[in-house]
Amino acid sequence: MAKLKDHLGRPVVAVTGIGLVTSLGVGKADNWAALTAGKSGIHPINRFPVDQLNTRIAGTVDFLPSSTKGASALTYELAETAAREALEESGLDAENFGGPLFLASPPVELDWHDRLTLYKSGDNEDAAERVLEAARTLNSSDMFDSAQFGFIADRLADTFGATGLPITLSTACASGATAIQLGVEAIRRGECDRALAIGADGSATAEALIRFSLLSALSTSNDAPEKASKPFSKDRDGFVLAEGSAALVLESLEVALARGATVIGILRGCGEKADDFHRTRSKPDASPAIAAVKAALADAGLSENEIDYINAHGTSTPENDKMEHLSLSTVFGERIGRIPVSSNKSMIGHTLSAAGAIEAAFSLMTMREGVIPPTINYDNADPAIPLDVVPNVKREAKVGTVLSNSFGFGGQNTCLVMAREPV
Amino acid sequence: MPALTGGDGRPTRPAMSLNDVVITGIGLVSCLGEGPDAHWRALSAPGTEPVLDAERFAPYTVHPLPQIDWNLQIAKRGDQRQMETWQRLGTYVAGLALDDAGIKGDEALCATMDMVVAAGGGERDVAVDSAILAASTGRPDFDVLLNEKLTTELRPTLFLAQLSNLLAGNISIVHKVTGSSRTFMGEEGAGVAAVDIAAARIRSGQSTHMLVGGAFQTEHPDMLLGYELAGYLHRGQWKPVWQRQGAEGGGVVSGSGGAFLVLESREHAEKRGRKAYAELGPVVSGRARRTRGELGASLDALFGAAKLPDGPLLTLSAASGGHAATKAEKAALDARPDLVARAFGTLTGHMKEAQFPFAVALAALAVSNGAPYPPFDPANEAATDKKPHEALATTVGYHQFEGMALVRAA
Repeated sequence: MAKLKDHLGRPVVAVTGIGLVTSLGVGKADNWAALTAGKSGIHPINRFPVDQLNTRIAGTVDFLPSSTKGASALTYELAETAAREALEESGLDAENFGGPLFLASPPVELDWHDRLTLYKSGDNEDAAERVLEAARTLNSSDMFDSAQFGFIADRLADTFGATGLPITLSTACASGATAIQLGVEAIRRGECDRALAIGADGSATAEALIRFSLLSALSTSNDAPEKASKPFSKDRDGFVLAEGSAALVLESLEVALARGATVIGILRGCGEKADDFHRTRSKPDASPAIAAVKAALADAGLSENEIDYINAHGTSTPENDKMEHLSLSTVFGERIGRIPVSSNKSMIGHTLSAAGAIEAAFSLMTMREGVIPPTINYDNADPAIPLDVVPNVKREAKVGTVLSNSFGFGGQNTCLVMAREPV
Repeated sequence: MPALTGGDGRPTRPAMSLNDVVITGIGLVSCLGEGPDAHWRALSAPGTEPVLDAERFAPYTVHPLPQIDWNLQIAKRGDQRQMETWQRLGTYVAGLALDDAGIKGDEALCATMDMVVAAGGGERDVAVDSAILAASTGRPDFDVLLNEKLTTELRPTLFLAQLSNLLAGNISIVHKVTGSSRTFMGEEGAGVAAVDIAAARIRSGQSTHMLVGGAFQTEHPDMLLGYELAGYLHRGQWKPVWQRQGAEGGGVVSGSGGAFLVLESREHAEKRGRKAYAELGPVVSGRARRTRGELGASLDALFGAAKLPDGPLLTLSAASGGHAATKAEKAALDARPDLVARAFGTLTGHMKEAQFPFAVALAALAVSNGAPYPPFDPANEAATDKKPHEALATTVGYHQFEGMALVRAA
């Protein structure tokens, strides 16, 4: 009989449904097949012209009806698609979920094409005033909705019958993990029996690309897109902007078992720690990342000897991968050389607000399937980062526990610890 | 400390517990000034007039920021330059709250302090955007124009200087608050959820002390545009919040400002000898499907869940003036004659994400000072001289989401 309370007396939190969309495809099956085959979803950008751009590749999701309809519409569709798959797997009512919703999604801004439409329909000499005048004349609920930060979650809550005020959050590249953490905490506090945690990001617009490019964060390996994301390699030159989504149905283990649900995995622990060093750079001693990993282990009630696999943040930026190695080698000591550490981003790129959720989903599948997805494009090892990155080819392995890292701009560090089975 | 009792001797509050949430620090900025004392002075004096700027963004009126010496809370000029006004404002107000709670500069307390920020963002470069739009005339290839202009004219640092989660990021950098950092988005609802989650973490023992709040900088055309895409802004002559029904425009008059609270467990505050302004009681929230006419019922449910005490209750309403939302809120308040409403937006304007934390702060100030506020709109708000042991904060989002919190004497 599984324990229903954890080491701190809190309800154990199970995962009973997973949904996924990445540039590799829609749904768990397609994604898992591609991911374990070491296939890359990175490709030349064709959503918008790439004239003048230093980076002309991305892991955009181009195969959904909303893929050409702007960041808000695509982010919504990504979230809805993943949530629908997760709810279906959970066996819960997809119209009447009956628990809270936590959505990690990118900050919204009015789409440039909408701004242009407004500008063209006015005649004031001052552009900003003209846009405002046109806005109130046009009174477009679509445009308004797309620029409201709470809109996507509101619509999702309507669609799936989530309860209460849905929370939309951003912890930059850790957002997806934070959404899961909020769901876990709500169940542990006894506020609900189940929660829907979603990370979704369809914001790969030209301006988003340019903004990251101006920060020198992106790979410019345009000639071989599928080779561009190369975490932990010596020649890594930045991350690849990407889109995607994942949804997890979280439930108290007790309630999940009582209704006969299939338990996919256990969300054992969450840890976080903010960094006060710099807006984009991590503290050189990696102490905040170290603290986040340790906090997640402590929250899970596991020692560093009890982690079988690490799903790395592994962005492929020179800075992150070095810092992540420092943090892992500090926490796990010499054992880090024997723990497989791979980066899903080598294949799907950096899905930003969705990354933490997508990588948690892949982590859970890694345990269920007994297969560790590889770090592809690992042709030129960085001697400063001696890790077993599961180079280039998947590996069969019995994995009972996973640590998944998410680190983001603004000093955001969130780590999740998952287990295959309840204790 | 004796338990408070109602007129019939029955306790009006649950017994005190170590994990009660108390408010030990308040940071405020609005057109009325900065800090809890300045706000109490302005708002407790009868006849305080709103500070308005009807010129700069005509036909819209805004409540502008007061004069702020940023150096007082953000010592490094380099840090100030890395933020647009919204982030600077939020970081400043957070500093005020930390100062007020005696936490600022206490390395150990800041390093273990958890933070939830209610954020918007998107403070774009108006000059660059305007130049792009101007150049679009006669260009069939707008997307190529965008690339040309954005790659050459965007300041590389602007992205981060207006990014939603970087208000929290800057609070970490400037004030060293590093226990944890979460940013909620979603207009007024983000502020409600931020306070709700912060309180829940303390009550459950997951956190001992938290910084929670938000800021809004309305003096930017895109911040007005966010409302005006659906025609929410009031136009023409300024009126108090309750008097905008039927006036030109949508009823919202926005204001620049911010509110941050330091919340602590009662035990944590007592151990470090801090006197609390007030206890934060139930925080409740809802999501009415307004197009289906659910708002009134949602508000009824929230009033029920907020465990209101018997008798007259000072109610700090964050009403925006937005026609439908404020009409529904007014009706819900009028149906409860014990609620003595004070819509502070009349004097500060609507501060979006900061609106709910601001309401909670003003409720706490009234309880702490043991005095009600005079009517901000005497034609629509009843006079009272009852000393408030409790006060209610209500927020009905101009478009979606609603929440309430009950504040009690500490």
